[in-house]
Amino acid sequence: MTTMSSAEPTRRDFLYIATGAVGAIGAAAAAWPLISQMNPDASTVAAGAPVEVDLSPIAEGQVIKVFWRSKPIFISHRTKKEIEAARSVDPSTLPDPQSDEARVKPGHDQWLVLIGICTHLGCIPLAHQGDYNGFFCPCHGSQYDTSGRIRRGPAPANLPVPPYQFTSDNKILIGATA
Amino acid sequence: MSAHSTYQPSSPFLKWLEARLPIMGLVHASFVDYPTPRNLNYWWTFGGILSFMLAVQILTGIVLVMHYTPHEAFAFRSVEQIMRDVNYGWLLRYLHSNGASMFFIAVYIHIFRGLYYGSYKAPREVLWILGVIIYLLMMATGFLGYTLPWGQMSFWGATVITNFFSAIPVVGDSIVTWLWGGYAVGNPTLQRFFSLHYLLPFVIAGVVVLHVWALHVAGQNNPTGVEPKTSQDTVPFTPYATVKDSFMLIAFCVVYAWFVFYIPNYLGHADNYIQANPGVTPTHIVPEWYYLPFYAILRAIPNKLLGVIALFASILILAFLPWLDTSRVRSATYRPLYRQFFWIFVAVCLGLGWLGSKPAEGGYVIAARILTAWYFIHFLIILPLLGLIETTKPLPNSITEAVLGKSAGRPSLKAAAASPEHRG
Repeated sequence: MTTMSSAEPTRRDFLYIATGAVGAIGAAAAAWPLISQMNPDASTVAAGAPVEVDLSPIAEGQVIKVFWRSKPIFISHRTKKEIEAARSVDPSTLPDPQSDEARVKPGHDQWLVLIGICTHLGCIPLAHQGDYNGFFCPCHGSQYDTSGRIRRGPAPANLPVPPYQFTSDNKILIGATA
Repeated sequence: MSAHSTYQPSSPFLKWLEARLPIMGLVHASFVDYPTPRNLNYWWTFGGILSFMLAVQILTGIVLVMHYTPHEAFAFRSVEQIMRDVNYGWLLRYLHSNGASMFFIAVYIHIFRGLYYGSYKAPREVLWILGVIIYLLMMATGFLGYTLPWGQMSFWGATVITNFFSAIPVVGDSIVTWLWGGYAVGNPTLQRFFSLHYLLPFVIAGVVVLHVWALHVAGQNNPTGVEPKTSQDTVPFTPYATVKDSFMLIAFCVVYAWFVFYIPNYLGHADNYIQANPGVTPTHIVPEWYYLPFYAILRAIPNKLLGVIALFASILILAFLPWLDTSRVRSATYRPLYRQFFWIFVAVCLGLGWLGSKPAEGGYVIAARILTAWYFIHFLIILPLLGLIETTKPLPNSITEAVLGKSAGRPSLKAAAASPEHRG
């Protein structure tokens, strides 16, 4: 420790700063792999590749569940009544305003594809239940409509639509952006 | 911990050791000679019980790990194997799972004891905050451990709790993916939870050492809240406190054994005997009983981010208690108004616990909102105000006077003028 303060930086000041800087960079470089190792590993990322689903066995009114990236994906073959119910409300009155048209692919209005994870705390909602006959989360009572939009309850957002595209009229590829 | 000691090494070896590492003197000063207020009641025995429970959990945990496999494909089966095939495996697992509940029963009694007798007030703020840290670590450890059997409640409990962090704006989802090590709770999650569940009890043990250290610097509070002033006010830790603690510990163990041997699954959930299924959420998902009041607070608030903030705030607010309570009188015995509000607060906590176990609908939600509001009003409005408006009862001049009456208290009057913070 130097007892006198001089305006001129000394060689000792330089050594202090250099030692501190190298030490801080070294500590950060050592911390990085310790933190990074907790992120999904290469095999998990590779297993998250797009999955193809054949829609032809799904009857009208039926909801099936497939897995993509360990997440349940709901594929709903909606009835006319369900589509009408989803389109009869004014989107601006909803907690998370979005039109039903924006949540399906044009020309495929009957097919609703959703990530089946409640946007509240991650439970899996039940299909064809709740006051809106859409999806109902048993954990904390969130109610979604036939378009998977949040209508009532603690969930802050609509059930998200995963990236997907139609590869033919009867097949979709989940995880692929067109 | 305590500086003075009358410890005299009794053998040449102990004399030799003491000169090199004065550990026996430290133990003697802390647990034999240590002056403890003469009026401590049975509510003061839960610190010792908690130390015992920590030791039980570490011991049973270490042997359970000899048979458990932390892998999504084997975890559930290895737990069933412990229950059916391992010698006394059922006993060891029931001791560990019910041990967690007994640990929390003891810590809640310990915390409410502190609340009633004002044990968090100067000069014991750091002691109290260390206790809050231990409580937080206990909650984390309990949650991590509950995930390990990989039953339905394990899986979905882990999903719901980790999703708390998704409420954080912008980076929430990235943090949750980082916590999971995947796109959902899965094998990487189970393995890291196992690693941390093994680590945290030793961290707790470390903080307990600091907690006991801080206790021995400030000295124990007592039912009057009046600091000991003369040696008349205290008795040596051994045998007085040792025997009292031991008696209550054995009584506590009888209750513990009753749970383990007669109703080992009473505090658990049947759903956790179904192996984890990432595709189906149980219809009625509730956490372990010791988290229920906080779960009720979470669900009472109809906004995700605010709900999570309220949940964490309801625990962290305890750390600020020494400054929220403005009254200079410690013990509720001499605070007639606070005593009433204390019992209302106990009822509110029990009520929140009950509501946390009920479905989040209708009247339950309304009741949970009222009680949640009261929980925060108690800390943020009632406690600061009471210190200003409450007329407290006259404090006894000393612990001895409180115990034996005025005549016996006389000799200590002179000592009362001395600094109350100074410990003999």
